[in-house]
Amino acid sequence: MTRRFFVVLLLLGLIAIFANLLFNYAMDSELNQTARYYAKHTATDIGAANIVTAIIVTYRGLDTLGEVTVLFLTASIIGLVLARSKNKAQADAQPTQRSNQHKTRPFPSGELLTTGSDLLVPLILLLGAYVFINGHLTPGGGFQGGAILASAALLLLLTNPSRHFSHQLISKVESTSGLIFIVLGILGIFFAGGFLDNRLLPTGTLGSIFSAGIIPVIYSFIGLKVGAEFTSMMINLAETEKKQEKNK
Amino acid sequence: MSWVALTTGFILILIGLYGALTNRNILRIIVSFSIANTGVNLIIVAVGYMASRTAPILDKTVAPTEALERIIDPLPQALVLTAIVIGVGVTALMLTYAFKLYEVKGTLDISSYKELKW
Repeated sequence: MTRRFFVVLLLLGLIAIFANLLFNYAMDSELNQTARYYAKHTATDIGAANIVTAIIVTYRGLDTLGEVTVLFLTASIIGLVLARSKNKAQADAQPTQRSNQHKTRPFPSGELLTTGSDLLVPLILLLGAYVFINGHLTPGGGFQGGAILASAALLLLLTNPSRHFSHQLISKVESTSGLIFIVLGILGIFFAGGFLDNRLLPTGTLGSIFSAGIIPVIYSFIGLKVGAEFTSMMINLAETEKKQEKNK
Repeated sequence: MSWVALTTGFILILIGLYGALTNRNILRIIVSFSIANTGVNLIIVAVGYMASRTAPILDKTVAPTEALERIIDPLPQALVLTAIVIGVGVTALMLTYAFKLYEVKGTLDISSYKELKW
């Protein structure tokens, strides 16, 4: 009971702080110094129509490299943690495996789901590729496009939970795109202004698809990498669940 | 208009914290953290909003020369993009650890994990 009381007390304190913040909030009427720099220089220096993309891939490219690394670490840790329990479950399930073999697909998915996913998966993959290739022109980019790619894999998993995905292909796509990202960044040191500088290629005309230097290239590889990482996370979780069911 | 987004964000943070502090089930605590995370992202984006301006994308409607007067602050949006992706990673890790804990103890009730309690 006292626990509840302290929780309510804490929340009341937070409400007071938040109310104070909310009522004293004044909207800016003009851009602050950093934003003004980005607004003024993006079109001439970077050549990307989408200023947010210019910030993420070039101005704060190192930040994005760190972010991709964190995501990679997350995917690897999930693979590591779940692989151990998978092996254990496998060893436990070995004697009973034969009797359970006919139960691998207890509920076949319906006609509607199967046909729908056959129709939608290529279109979803296409949309994902579109989103990350046009990241420097329209809202979107590598992370969003990668998440869309992974949602296609999720749909495939929903249709057929026992579907086998090639781990090798996924990890190859992931490591190759990560490597290319870093190599392009290092090439920037030698042939352009610095690490991850986008002027490795000409910046082109603002608003066309071949503009903004190497931003579209880098963002495409980020998209592939993020898609592969999200997919591997989902597959790891799904496969562990399968092993767990067999174990019971 | 941005006070609507700000208020929603604060309410989401409060809901998330309340859920994380009062629930006993680990999965519910993870869901509460995700809700609080969404609230924080919403507030950061709302702070970058400015009245009668448009998205920070240069095209026919916003020429590069008039970008200073026409666009909102692009920096919070870039930061929130990072925060969302990291949030997904954190949620996936929490779920993995929850699975691992369930495998060890056979329960998701947090009050039965007493190893770190004093």
